[in-house]
Amino acid sequence: MPKRTDINKILIIGSGAIIIGQACEFDYSGTQACKALKEEGYEITLVNSNPATIMTDPDFADQTYIEPITADTVELVIAKERPDALLPTLGGQTALNVSVELAELGVLDKYGVELIGAKLPAIQKAEDRALFKEAMIEIGLEVPHSGIAHTVHEALQLVQGIGFPAIIRPAFTLGGTGGGIAYNIEEYEKMVTKGLALSPINELLIEESVIGWKEFELEVMRDGADNVVIICSIENVDAMGVHTGDSITVAPIQTLTDKEYQLMRNSAIKIIREIGVDTGGSNIQFAVDPKTGRQVVIEMNPRVSRSSALASKATGFPIAKIAAKLAVGYNLDEIPNDITAETPACFEPTIDYVVVKIPRWAFEKFQGTDETLTTQMKSVGEAMAIGRTFKEALQKGLRSLENGWHGLDNHPLDDLPLSEIPSKLSVPNVKRIFYIKAALTRGMSIEEIHAYTHIDPFFLYNFKEIVDFENTLCEPNTQKHIKQRLQNIGTTPGSQNCGTDADVAKTVLQQAKQYGFSDHQLAEIYDVSEGAIRECRKELGIEATFKTVDTCAAEFEAETPYYYSTLSSEDEVRPSDKEKIMILGGGPNRIGQGIEFDYCCVHAAIALKEDGYETIMVNSNPETVSTDYDTSDRLYFEPLTVEHVLNIYHKEKPSGVIVQFGGQTPLNLAIALKEAGVPIIGTSPEDIARSEDRRLFKAVLNDIGLRQPPNGTVTSSEEAAPIAAALGYPVIVRPSYVLGGRAMQIVYDEALLHEYMNTAVEASPEHPVLIDKYLEEAIEVDVDAISDGNRTVIGGIMEHIEEAGIHSGDSDCVLPPYTLVDEQIEKLKIFTYDLAKALRVRGLMNVQYAIKSDDIYVLEVNPRASRTIPFVSKAIGVPLAKLAARVMAGKTLDELGFTNEIEPAYFSVKAPVFPFNRFPGSNTRLGPEMKSTGEVMGIDTDVSRAFAKAQKACGYTLPLGGKVFISVKNKDKRAIIFIAKRLTDMGFELIATHGTAKVLLRNGMQPELVFSIGKGRPTIHDYIKNHAVDLIINTPTGDLHRPNELLIREMAIAHDIPIFTTIPGAAAAVNAIDALQRGDITVTPLQDYFKMLQ
Amino acid sequence: MKAILALTDGTVFEGEQFGATGEAIGEVVFNTSMTGYQEVLTDPSYKGQIVTMTYPLIGNYGCNEADVESIGPQVEGFVVREYSAYHSNWRSKWSLDTYLSEHGIIGIQGIDTRALTRRLRVHGVMNGCLSTDDLNPENLVAKAQAWPGLVGWDLVQRVTCPNPYAWRNSHQEENGQPSAVRHQQEGSGLTNNLLTDNRQATVSNSHKVIALDFGIKYNILRQLTEHGCEVQVVPAQTTAEDILAAEPDGVFLSNGPGDPMPVGYAIETIQGLIGKKPLFGICLGHQLLGLALGGKTYKLKFGHRGANQPVKHLESDRVEITSQNHGFCVDIDSLPNSVDITHINLNDNTLEGIQHREYPLFSVQYHPEASPGPHDSSYLFSRFTEMMDEC
Repeated sequence: MPKRTDINKILIIGSGAIIIGQACEFDYSGTQACKALKEEGYEITLVNSNPATIMTDPDFADQTYIEPITADTVELVIAKERPDALLPTLGGQTALNVSVELAELGVLDKYGVELIGAKLPAIQKAEDRALFKEAMIEIGLEVPHSGIAHTVHEALQLVQGIGFPAIIRPAFTLGGTGGGIAYNIEEYEKMVTKGLALSPINELLIEESVIGWKEFELEVMRDGADNVVIICSIENVDAMGVHTGDSITVAPIQTLTDKEYQLMRNSAIKIIREIGVDTGGSNIQFAVDPKTGRQVVIEMNPRVSRSSALASKATGFPIAKIAAKLAVGYNLDEIPNDITAETPACFEPTIDYVVVKIPRWAFEKFQGTDETLTTQMKSVGEAMAIGRTFKEALQKGLRSLENGWHGLDNHPLDDLPLSEIPSKLSVPNVKRIFYIKAALTRGMSIEEIHAYTHIDPFFLYNFKEIVDFENTLCEPNTQKHIKQRLQNIGTTPGSQNCGTDADVAKTVLQQAKQYGFSDHQLAEIYDVSEGAIRECRKELGIEATFKTVDTCAAEFEAETPYYYSTLSSEDEVRPSDKEKIMILGGGPNRIGQGIEFDYCCVHAAIALKEDGYETIMVNSNPETVSTDYDTSDRLYFEPLTVEHVLNIYHKEKPSGVIVQFGGQTPLNLAIALKEAGVPIIGTSPEDIARSEDRRLFKAVLNDIGLRQPPNGTVTSSEEAAPIAAALGYPVIVRPSYVLGGRAMQIVYDEALLHEYMNTAVEASPEHPVLIDKYLEEAIEVDVDAISDGNRTVIGGIMEHIEEAGIHSGDSDCVLPPYTLVDEQIEKLKIFTYDLAKALRVRGLMNVQYAIKSDDIYVLEVNPRASRTIPFVSKAIGVPLAKLAARVMAGKTLDELGFTNEIEPAYFSVKAPVFPFNRFPGSNTRLGPEMKSTGEVMGIDTDVSRAFAKAQKACGYTLPLGGKVFISVKNKDKRAIIFIAKRLTDMGFELIATHGTAKVLLRNGMQPELVFSIGKGRPTIHDYIKNHAVDLIINTPTGDLHRPNELLIREMAIAHDIPIFTTIPGAAAAVNAIDALQRGDITVTPLQDYFKMLQ
Repeated sequence: MKAILALTDGTVFEGEQFGATGEAIGEVVFNTSMTGYQEVLTDPSYKGQIVTMTYPLIGNYGCNEADVESIGPQVEGFVVREYSAYHSNWRSKWSLDTYLSEHGIIGIQGIDTRALTRRLRVHGVMNGCLSTDDLNPENLVAKAQAWPGLVGWDLVQRVTCPNPYAWRNSHQEENGQPSAVRHQQEGSGLTNNLLTDNRQATVSNSHKVIALDFGIKYNILRQLTEHGCEVQVVPAQTTAEDILAAEPDGVFLSNGPGDPMPVGYAIETIQGLIGKKPLFGICLGHQLLGLALGGKTYKLKFGHRGANQPVKHLESDRVEITSQNHGFCVDIDSLPNSVDITHINLNDNTLEGIQHREYPLFSVQYHPEASPGPHDSSYLFSRFTEMMDEC
């Protein structure tokens, strides 16, 4: 069928802030959908609260609402825009849930909005466990046996049918606490009793255990003519029991015969038809008993998912784009396959390489939480790698993670005794693959490792081949020949006495490359520099070749240049003669480096393409827009390491390489690339280093007369105490060269300092520790600016709501500043111009200042794209990253017409979103170490309403009345009086603990007293559990050893009660509640705000 | 052990041997299925061909007794990027290496199979010589060049059964091969599902079908049987008179290797059956039927071999993802007006299926029996039984 003409305007809902389990893959899918539907001539209305997305760029939709994704807000958008249809399947679970809510509330009917892609009954059938199970049984498919129990008796009856081991899952407990696997009746009874007590609704799901079974996923697409195709099959290396988002996965399926695969394929087709997803993509998961081959259906997502993003990147088939076109009526055979251009999209991609995806976690930021990998996803990002063997893809993937690994390395587990290995194998954990290596090195058999890990022996055998080959590399005879060859670099390999060395070296290094070993790994084995290995192998003619991702295993010619490297006999890249610029991406998402940087890379590609350059993107993150094949002219899906980037550089010979947009990842390569002759454009790596090296930076500041907080640098634990004492406590301590404030802390006394120096960091002359005086109660300000080398223009000045000392990524901030006076703003501007000049910035620069009394201190300068660039760009209506890319390519700001600084007449508030609900037991206290995974934006002409919107977008709906619990540290007692008074005036009732209550009483308020924990009942815990409190203001004392404070915050998070842990945050919340009480929230598209700027 | 694959155009690939040793000559073709190497190996249609798999890891799940399409591997040689010495699957019985060496098939691994595939795509399939005995590339190229190739050669004679036999699904009693064709995992779920899934429930064997064996795949026989046919397999040279004398309800024209043109006796047989008995042809059977109806066949540049080929069923406007394995094709313009085109390939618009306006006959170029490949087209077997019902 051709496209529908009875609908004109389509509403697309995004997925909001980046959270664990829902990251930039939904910007990728949403952006594709917006592009595809605009291309078809539809008018697009978009709602997404996340400013760091490409989809919320004003040219991707006709009306872009950066508003909270909640049913009431989206209803306002619907009422205002009156779309004909709503496409609910491209914005993750958030969009799907809101769409269902809107449908169930009757909003869609009321405004005549049609759900396209998937209708309400289909979504309900797929999402509701019971309905889904029933549907599966109906079509003759198996699901794990399960049942619901509310009492021990019910549970005991249930298990008779389910058998052991049985999984117990209490309903609604944070992080699945109270759940587990019972292997016998005695254990079962205990766990059931405990689980029932912990579940707030006394409900348990009892399930047949399929833990240890093989796990598979199929990405399925269906069109309106009922054509169904499988886009990609995925096999999890980690068996059932580890969330697929936390598993190493491989595409395509490796260990099923065609008979078994086709059975699974048939089931998937039956499922999508039975559930009734009209058009679009679905992800279906299966478990297979490795002993009998029995297949059971685990679940289905009736929407595009993280796995569909992976499948798109793994095959070259753009699932989201096609899903969008199917939703408006096209059939699969009416859509061309972009990659081949000649064949239709109605086919099943076949691939001739192996794709490995490896998750990246951030447990180091959430100490105290259980690091076991379970059925709840905990990873914050992932890297994908492509190779011609599993071994090659795996090792490329491991180094793509940028965790300091270069492949299947030895460190850091070498000293582990053999007796401890089994527990590290049987309990899934972040480093399990390295424990497997350790086990193999110590001679443990594949069968034994399989028994502990349930990982299929096929994969274990491949790991073993890597380990065995590494032993070959280390054999004395091989070592001898290779080392001699390395010493003779520069002499003809063919000349007489070098002949054997060269032969051996060539054979061995060739195989090493085919097994995915990096130059770095080889350099470590042979104790030479990476450069020496590179030179040696080049002399031997061992050079990376590039192959094309073409959806069809070379059956047809590929039009789209999407490449990966491997060692083979043929290179498919034919570089053009055009002038090229290469952009290095940010690699896997992590806390502190995520979608914001990908946004900047995408902007660079778009801008430079517009200017006539051929753009080359290098990245390893499958969730991103940057790794979409049509974002840049050429895409290289490769690890961001010196070796891989140089391989591409030597092939393509770009005239410039951009390293300042991808976060710390490309910056870390900058010096090495420059030394290898790569032309880095923009601010030079040396100048970047001047801003990062403490001593050099001090000199820069002295030259231009700016000040820093008093500070010192120590290279050993012993040096720390005297320096800290001289500066005066509290001090901020951190290792040098970090992103996202890794291991950064505020230290209040010498004891804590010792603890930090001894446990958190290892100070050494190569890795000094920086100690800064902590400026208490200072206002922190972020400034983003752009400079062409002569002129510097401020993009935005953001005033943080929380005081300095809380990582800028974790702070709420307001643009333009809401309490700073003109004189201060003027000073900030001048300082920024001076800094840009001194650091010879060409491109973007971010400066963090602290204002204490009337003094302005420079905290940090980053001459690169910052996390706030997308937010500022959305706030001021100027695409700063695009401009910066053009500046780097040689344009001046005058030529680009960006010379005036913009101070909008409305306020934009950025608020962070935290993953604490995934990490029970970790410290939820905010500090200099960044912990948020994402951010949202609230815009309004009134700053308090903008703040309220941002809070709402974070998932915290501020209460308009009810009870407020207040408990603040002594230092804040004075400041809380005014806040508490206002709350009283606004009609709130106050609850307080003894100390705070006394202060409030003395100031004429009537708080209800609750007991401090351990001093009597009721305590605040009882209130929280009874849902008898609506807002919490709790400022932590800074004592890390006060578990009760921690518990209050954890419980607030678990029960979704808004909590403010700083006085400025609480004050902003009070203002916001006041604004909300005064009038309803309205919604306005970005395009209308931008009109106000003109 | 070292092995070399040399092509007629002088291209030489050096790799490692697995499976048997020796020397093999054949037409070098590529298959893009990601699963199903055992089915590919045992498909008689690959007689005369050296097959390369585009998927790089082969051997992962080993080989078993059940996933065979004939008595054993039929390919002349097997080419892969990486052979997996470890095989992991609950049904696996032998490693691929053991399986190939026991059947005397030479395998080569460690070559750039994508470069090979691209060469075949650009220049068309060409002949090659695969050897572990003679490692002189020039000799091998010369041997490949000296080989006459598949065109004009009747390969059917090499694969058809010597004597007629009756097919029974759970036992296959030809040539004293192991009788347990199907894996017998009682209650495992897979056995039952695999054989009933997506297909009509078995009815009593009410249709008597004679299958002309041009190199028939077992899964066609399994499918016919499951669709209620009692199948008698007969040699390719069986005459129309003999077939008609047996009074079958319908005649099945099987797949098979090579060029249809030289198989004149079969064309003659089919001409003697048209209009007299319901006919259903697959692959070579389809090409022979096309020729019998007065059409022409030609050789495709590099053929269709894989499990992802989109075919449109024109009547329903639905797309089937199909399994294919053919190097020759019926010329869409050569067919008489009495023949309707029912299916076309969406990738290159070549002919995929026909039916006659008057006579009860139809055929498809692709493989509705799958194995390996998707089961989207199994409805064609029902169509055959319905056609027999109508006659």
